[in-house]
Amino acid sequence: MTPDVAEFAPLAAEIFVLAMACFILVLDAYLPDTRRLIAFRLTQVTLLGAAVLTWMQYDTMIGTTDRMVLLGGTYVADTLSMVLKLAVYAVSAGVFLYSRDYLRDRGILKGEYFVLGLFGVLGMMVMISAHNMLSVYLGLELLSLSMYTMVAFQRQNGVASEAAMKYFVLGAIASGMLLYGISMIYGASGSLDLAAIGRYVAEHGAEDRILAFGVVFIVAGLAFKLGNAPFHMWVPDIYNGAPTSVTLFIGAAPKIAAFAMVMRVLVEGLGGLHADWTPMLIILAVGSLAVGNVIAIAQTNIKRMLAYSTISHMGFVVLGILAANKVGYSGAMFYAITYALTSAGGFGLLVLLSRAGFEAEKLDDLKGLNDRNPWLAFLMLLLMFSMAGVPPTVGFYAKLSVLQAVVSADMVWLAAVAVFFSIIGAFYYIRVVKVMYFDKPEDEAPIFAGFDAKAVLSVNGLAVLALGVYPSGLMAWCAKALG
Amino acid sequence: MAFTDLVFYVFAAISVFAGVRVISSRNPVHSALYLVLAFFTTSALWLLLEAEFLAITLVLVYVGAVMVLFLFVVMMLDINLVSLREGFARYLPVGIAVGGIIVIEMIMVLSARYGDMPKPAPHPASYSNTEELGGVLYTVYVYPFEIAAVILLVAIVAAITLTLRRRPGTKHQDPAKQVAVKREDRVRLVKVPSEPRQ
Repeated sequence: MTPDVAEFAPLAAEIFVLAMACFILVLDAYLPDTRRLIAFRLTQVTLLGAAVLTWMQYDTMIGTTDRMVLLGGTYVADTLSMVLKLAVYAVSAGVFLYSRDYLRDRGILKGEYFVLGLFGVLGMMVMISAHNMLSVYLGLELLSLSMYTMVAFQRQNGVASEAAMKYFVLGAIASGMLLYGISMIYGASGSLDLAAIGRYVAEHGAEDRILAFGVVFIVAGLAFKLGNAPFHMWVPDIYNGAPTSVTLFIGAAPKIAAFAMVMRVLVEGLGGLHADWTPMLIILAVGSLAVGNVIAIAQTNIKRMLAYSTISHMGFVVLGILAANKVGYSGAMFYAITYALTSAGGFGLLVLLSRAGFEAEKLDDLKGLNDRNPWLAFLMLLLMFSMAGVPPTVGFYAKLSVLQAVVSADMVWLAAVAVFFSIIGAFYYIRVVKVMYFDKPEDEAPIFAGFDAKAVLSVNGLAVLALGVYPSGLMAWCAKALG
Repeated sequence: MAFTDLVFYVFAAISVFAGVRVISSRNPVHSALYLVLAFFTTSALWLLLEAEFLAITLVLVYVGAVMVLFLFVVMMLDINLVSLREGFARYLPVGIAVGGIIVIEMIMVLSARYGDMPKPAPHPASYSNTEELGGVLYTVYVYPFEIAAVILLVAIVAAITLTLRRRPGTKHQDPAKQVAVKREDRVRLVKVPSEPRQ
């Protein structure tokens, strides 16, 4: 079978992002140092164009089919891919905007930064639309390779280089685990196609123990990439060591892609084995909630604290998936998207507070933020409340929907554990609020932040509030995507 | 014994011999050269299995590119052989134990399940392994193939981004400037008053 050119047409968004990344790469080589912002603007245009193309792809699909599997079963387009891709574009565009001034102040506002970012976005798109183990793996590698490089981007920064090295080595181990698991599944089922694997699992899932063996490795590899305990060791070091703008990138959109990867591999491919992977995910979820929330209390570095907070939030995402029902999947999807939004806002604020020669990364750097800039302090308050799960912010609703699914799957004890650790976790989020509002500022320097970055951050912070008050729109899309 | 069996045993023997020499020769350059020989004979074995594409790739990529680079590195590094050989006797028992376990495991796996596997049917003379591979690679797997290409591009961008640096003070030639140079830029005529004859 030869693929028809028409079969490539639905991939317009992927092709556009790739073409634009290559174009920016070449164009940037001819630009003088004073005009680096052109690469930044073109990147934003690319994300906007990709969003339009993704929507058009979905629009042509409506009414005829709810799922397109193309190119020999390696690519899939459905509501899930559309919603997640749009979320990735939106979060990435915000992330690039926040980091523009930060990069300029540190002399790393270069075209390659945005090109690597775009390739990372392309990797996420491939992961989200993967319908074959090969596409899953290659998309993951494309994303990871871009992220390793971005962490090491500030070459003279020793801590960042160390973080990149750690990330690279641990990421390679995780990829190895994942590949080992994939090879087991391939050996048992004889196919890399997720649909074919799903069919094989449905027929022989119970008797073929090689499948269960493969699932162990796949879950370990996925847990590494999600940053779930006990595979979480890399997260704090990399979040702390990387330049804050890169931490912002790593901590936001890739979480959405990681969720998509788990959904495609575990649920679509190996859904028939959920009796095998549910107990494993329970260990991951409880471990992540415990480690993330308890260790974060001891952190004085806010980047490290937010890294531990990421671990606990990924525990919540896993909690939704392990319920293995529609409510749980859509709850986890809602959680992943809103967490990416909240995390982008949180790290984005740290990026805006940093200036040339000064990194806002200690908890003390936030002291008295209310006196210095009441609006930014209010936005941080919203974001912290959302992470803690205080109503009416979106974090509360996200946690609620995940817990609902866990309870409906007859695991009330698990929901109780999750609530218990969330209450412990609330302590360190609220400590940030206390530091901002009730402590005297140590640092009186004015905050320089571009108007557009501030405006987008305001939208980001208020969206966290608005989605908490009116969650039904996004929730309906999540339910539809997994319906 | 068929002719192909004879060919197999000859190449297998050379390959094993080369493999042993890689770790036993005193000179690292010789080791690297024996590794080239091992790759080459292995590719001959793959040819016997009708895996022409893999055989050609092994020669082109490993023998042609990787090993040449490797040789360069080995020749440039000043490796102290005496210090490398220290502790050989100390690690020998562990090495033998690990090697022995691997051999036993391989015997168990191969004899238990694949010992009585039927031979695959021979392909017709017109069969081309490379063509079959290309046919699948560019049709069914065209999407993963393209992504793999993008990954390689990112690897290039990453390597250049992380290592290319323009250090101030390094002396380099700019051919365009050299060509465009004019007499006035280089030659300076200085009027020297002639000294009056004594």
